[in-house]
Amino acid sequence: MARHIVARTTDIPPGGNKVVGVEGRDIVVFHVNGEFFALLNRCPHAGAPLDRAACVARLTSPEPGVYQRSRVGELLRCAWHGWEFDMRNGQSYFDPGRVKIRTYPVVIEDGETLAKGPYVAETFPVHIEDSYVIIET
Amino acid sequence: MSDVIDRPALEQETSAKSRLRIIDCDIHPSLHARSDLYPFLSKRWQEHLKTYGDHLRTPYIGTTPYPRSSPLIARRDAWPPTGGPPGSDLAFMRQQHLDPLDVELGILQVLDLFIFSQQNLDFGAAIQRAINDWQLAHWTSREPRLKASVLVGQDDTEAAIAEIERCAKIGQYVQINVSPRANEPLGRHRYWPIYARAEELDLPLGIHVGGYGGHAPTGGGWPSYYAEEHQSNAHSMAATLTSLIIEGVPERFPRLKIVFIEGGFGWISSTMWRMDQHFERFRDEVPHLKRRPSEYVREHFWFTTQPIDEPDEAKHLRSLIEWVGVDRLLFSSDYPHWDFDDPRFAFRTPLSEAERAKIFNGNARALYKL
Amino acid sequence: MTATRIDCDIHPAVGGTRITLLPYLDDHWKEQVVSRAIDGLDLTSYPPNMPLSGRPDWRHADGKPGGDLAMVQRGAFDQLGASHAICNVLYGAQAVFDPYMAAAFCKAINDWIATEWLAHDKRLRASIVVPMQAPDLAIEEIERRAGDSRFVSVLVLAQGESLLGRRHFWPVYQAAEKHRLPIAIHAGSQYRAAPSSVGWPSYRYEYYLAEAHAFQAQVLSLIYEGVFVKFPGLKVVLMESGVSWLPAFMWRANKTWRGVRVEVPWIDREPAAIIRDHFRVTMQPFDGPPDAAGVADIIEMIGSDKMFLFASDYPHWQFDGDDAIPPHLPAGLVSRMCAENPLETFPRLSLAA
Repeated sequence: MARHIVARTTDIPPGGNKVVGVEGRDIVVFHVNGEFFALLNRCPHAGAPLDRAACVARLTSPEPGVYQRSRVGELLRCAWHGWEFDMRNGQSYFDPGRVKIRTYPVVIEDGETLAKGPYVAETFPVHIEDSYVIIET
Repeated sequence: MSDVIDRPALEQETSAKSRLRIIDCDIHPSLHARSDLYPFLSKRWQEHLKTYGDHLRTPYIGTTPYPRSSPLIARRDAWPPTGGPPGSDLAFMRQQHLDPLDVELGILQVLDLFIFSQQNLDFGAAIQRAINDWQLAHWTSREPRLKASVLVGQDDTEAAIAEIERCAKIGQYVQINVSPRANEPLGRHRYWPIYARAEELDLPLGIHVGGYGGHAPTGGGWPSYYAEEHQSNAHSMAATLTSLIIEGVPERFPRLKIVFIEGGFGWISSTMWRMDQHFERFRDEVPHLKRRPSEYVREHFWFTTQPIDEPDEAKHLRSLIEWVGVDRLLFSSDYPHWDFDDPRFAFRTPLSEAERAKIFNGNARALYKL
Repeated sequence: MTATRIDCDIHPAVGGTRITLLPYLDDHWKEQVVSRAIDGLDLTSYPPNMPLSGRPDWRHADGKPGGDLAMVQRGAFDQLGASHAICNVLYGAQAVFDPYMAAAFCKAINDWIATEWLAHDKRLRASIVVPMQAPDLAIEEIERRAGDSRFVSVLVLAQGESLLGRRHFWPVYQAAEKHRLPIAIHAGSQYRAAPSSVGWPSYRYEYYLAEAHAFQAQVLSLIYEGVFVKFPGLKVVLMESGVSWLPAFMWRANKTWRGVRVEVPWIDREPAAIIRDHFRVTMQPFDGPPDAAGVADIIEMIGSDKMFLFASDYPHWQFDGDDAIPPHLPAGLVSRMCAENPLETFPRLSLAA
């Protein structure tokens, strides 16, 4: 498993995202509800870029006219055809078993830890006072 | 995770794209602002546009009757970085759509101000002139890959004919467009002068979904949801097809070519079967029809492919294509709308090289004489 | 003993308000009908003399096709081989504007069919004709017939004033579900508005084609408004709708729902799955492709053998000869659609009288 430093946490404001290139793929990193999620930046339906998806609540309903919201901001409505995906695990809402976006584990590490270990990427300078988003491929 | 629908990596797409030169029969350019039309409008109509504005048979001034599932019905990534609504910036359209998808030619369909449905017919006539001029000035004169269509409000037949004549003299339009949701079904005789002129000029008649004819989107009343209303577009197209055929438009104008735009094509085969099935039973009501309805479809009608149908099995999409006939199909993307079809991924069924060439290029080239 | 073959759609004809329904109206409506000459309510959808309305060999010298019990018995049972048949009376009671007149006329139709048809032939069943223009009065009529198991479904027209999924109809579905009555949506219009979004067609032929799309709009309305969420036991039968439009329609509904689900979050599974569970279709007309392979494809694409119901649509002229089964259907399907499927769809229909 390779670990890649892709951003400082401060590069991605809450509710925002950043697209990073890792091993030839575009990966989009979302920052929502205090967590970071990384997904391949291509919708499995027709390849739309997910960094432009609408970030919305998980919406369920037991009966007509009742709207139940949870996990606000953690569901993606794809920028093109509106398919909904859970940022956390990449699963589509309508067919979670079969239709998914590839996800990548994310860890946050502080600069001090990274400065010591072998994780410092050649292309990404690390400052010990910052926190960093690490993606594992 | 056995069925994750994965996509080829970008490198593979590069080689695919370079083989596929497409003619995109449905691209929507958009006004940056309504004031873009002022240079093409007299003072009187500039003022009218600013004050009274649209007069459509819909409840709202500022939006469509059924709220869409995304702002301005567009892909969320299609907003130009320089500002303006999706489809308003030529440079961005080139960068996002024309260049990467290797669009050889794109046919414009302007939906702004929905001229076909303006109740004030003089205003509608002024706007249609302005939009037809604007297409040339802002789009086709700056980008040779793009082609314009003459938009005419069908319910003022005189003004429509005058506009067709004007634009025919200019000579830079590839088709004449009317709306399927007109005051009356499009097959009705009141619209025949437009068809006669289109046939004489050898310009296809383009019919793009949409419009506000004043009727509910369905025969059973007004739907509550966009999900229902969106699907009603196919019904409007089917009703338009039956009207044109049954009233005898292709019988009377045998050289007229008719293009249905943004209706998709899944609904066509069952409509043809139903027309044929009941033709004998109703034959004495329509003695002017000399041929079976499906024959008229096969010889006089073309259909753009978006929104493509998505059956679970690839072979079923293949069946839909075969039932309509490869020769009838014209690829379209509907850029920049949300239910856009990407030419690389929309056809999830095997097509031969010859079939691809027809659907993505050859059929449109022959039809529009490009 | 005839094999079970349930014809889910035949049309006894009301001769006229005065000549047929008068005995079943109360004194007030009798007087209105006679003194104001309220009559001639045959639906614009089915002019009696139009070819589709009656096959030539099913018409007799006087009266409308379907007006004579003996002739209907000979046709539907002897000639076409049904063992049982469901009577769906198409008459303009369901299009009347005055809600009380509508209710009175619908009641009269149901009384007439019970007295002069169902009582005379134990093989006959009927749909309850109801005034959907006044949902509370429709419920009264349903409750009135609920104890009579010869009434097996509730009849509504495919084109009314509001789409059938709308909330104000829900109490009707509650009553229907309670009494195990499927809703039978039959081709025909109240003519409150144009039969399609493009306006009023010139020809009957054109109008008939538009009916198929009205059915589709009703299916979407019933699904998206959440009628089956509220009433999970409810089934809906599409009668005389055509069948071959189903596959492309189902795929388009799925495609749309996947992208626009947030509008209707109470729909938690694909529309096509809901269609397979809750909708049934009568098989005349089928409107199929001309070849056996195409028909097999359509059946496969629809994806549920339970949906198909045998029907002749007698006396409407949908086919020639004695075989009401559309050509090229797979053999296994034919036996299902004649017996099991109708019995499952119409739970009140018992084969013994």
